[in-house]
Amino acid sequence: MTAVEWQIVGFTVWVAALSMATVLPFGLALAWALARGNWPGKSLVETIITLPLVMPPVAVGLILLQVFGRRGAVGGFLHDRLNLDIIFTWRAVLLALSVMSAPLLIRSARVAFEAVDPRLEQIARTLGAGGWRVFFTITVPLAARGIVGGMLLAFARALGEFGATVMVAGYLPGKTATISLAIYENVQLGQDAHAFRLLGVSVALAFAAVWCSELFLRRNKTRT
Amino acid sequence: MSLRLKNISLPLADFTLEVDVEMRGPVTAVFGPSGSGKTSLLDLIAGLRAAHSAFIQLNETVLADTARNISLPTRRRGIGYVPQDLALFPHLSVRQNLLYGRNSRVADQLFAFGHVTEVLEIQPLIARGVRELSGGEKQRVAIARALLASPRLLLLDEPLASLDAALKEKIIPYLARVRNEFRIPMLCVTHDRFEALALADEIVVLVNGQVMQTGPVAEVFARPANAEVARFVGVETLQPGRITGVHDGLAAVSIHHVTLTALAPAAPASAVFVCIRGEDVVLQRDTAVSSVRNRLPARIISLRPEGALVRVELDAGFPLFALVTRPACDELELHEGEIITALIKTPAIHLVPR
Repeated sequence: MTAVEWQIVGFTVWVAALSMATVLPFGLALAWALARGNWPGKSLVETIITLPLVMPPVAVGLILLQVFGRRGAVGGFLHDRLNLDIIFTWRAVLLALSVMSAPLLIRSARVAFEAVDPRLEQIARTLGAGGWRVFFTITVPLAARGIVGGMLLAFARALGEFGATVMVAGYLPGKTATISLAIYENVQLGQDAHAFRLLGVSVALAFAAVWCSELFLRRNKTRT
Repeated sequence: MSLRLKNISLPLADFTLEVDVEMRGPVTAVFGPSGSGKTSLLDLIAGLRAAHSAFIQLNETVLADTARNISLPTRRRGIGYVPQDLALFPHLSVRQNLLYGRNSRVADQLFAFGHVTEVLEIQPLIARGVRELSGGEKQRVAIARALLASPRLLLLDEPLASLDAALKEKIIPYLARVRNEFRIPMLCVTHDRFEALALADEIVVLVNGQVMQTGPVAEVFARPANAEVARFVGVETLQPGRITGVHDGLAAVSIHHVTLTALAPAAPASAVFVCIRGEDVVLQRDTAVSSVRNRLPARIISLRPEGALVRVELDAGFPLFALVTRPACDELELHEGEIITALIKTPAIHLVPR
């Protein structure tokens, strides 16, 4: 492994983890609202959340490019007012990974929230607990399995994201290059040795993620 | 305690829950068949459900008043709630469950942790997980958890329904101890008349969302307001009859061809239900003279043992049931098919308008 390869691996893991941290708060809030609430536009939101799972990633990337580019609605605002560029920076990678992996977390957290008996939350309230306390001491712990499972899935998905990332971030070594982008680029350039080493890392990371989730699920099972 | 429920209106699947009562007893039972809106009523009091219209006042505090747009949030109501499924938090230990609603300010605590756990005999369970508890243990932990949050009123939803007969007998004394030791008012939902008799001072009979009758338990059981209540509180004999004459406060009531003497009802009515409790029917062999007005020759149809008692089904010109003890049954040498005299004291015959 060369220093450049290590940098790519480190960057990928770091930005995937960061995308998890970004998605988690609002993803949990949205999952909870979908599980417990009954509000107008709920099915529309559900559909929009699911889109990144079924649409071609490249198409999602193109949408993000339009919205967050310098001439896009959000991108233009950020550039003019905050002098902040998204596209072709590490922020674009973060954006692409977050959008592409969020649905996995939200869907699995939602199912987990739905499985929590509302009676337990109600009784916690009769015991004097406010909304936040109920959420963090009853709802989240009881849904923890689904939430962590969803996080691992989303993390694994983020590690391997390619289509959307390549649209919004391009392949800029040292700036936006992730493992997937680098594998593709190296194969294109005929540098198979590089590609295979990164492939090995990629397999090891995926293996570790699945292994962790299995371990986690098994430990949960013995506890119940 | 005073719990006022006024203008309650809550549409449910099959009917609308409509309640207008004031409960004063230390222990009040909301008594009614399954699916009559009892749990919904508790949810309403605890603030877990919103009604169309409601005025709920506990002592001096208005908990909800839809007319003035007042609704105290559940966590501020100070109402302990032990639901039918107990809702112990499965991911927490018994100790964590017990302490969940504990206020950190010692001055605000009504009951000491040691005292509550001692009265309910759950000290040995504190270190355990909730999943390791038996049914009766869970019940006691759930009650203790509610008490430790220092409530001003304790709601119990079918506290004994999920327990088998042997366990029920064990839990009842605990509930009585909670009532006596902590002097906390309790509102207890039940569909079991023996439970109501065992626990409650006052009773609210709720059928299909409507309050049929309220009053002291013994009063309601002895004097059901209508046939529905009578059937439900388990009056053994319930027959349609007709008042044929009233004289000196006594009414002559005919059931089929038999005429009985009863106390005349306050409200004049000719068509009535005649309610006679099994324990008020005396069986006699000889024909000695007594003060009893109603002496009916009756044929014994069947003898059915019920615990220490025997339920005697009689044909006295109308179906009549008597409850006698086993030794009495043996002494009288009762046999199916023979004729015996059934005695019913006048005040034991209760007439409800039909």
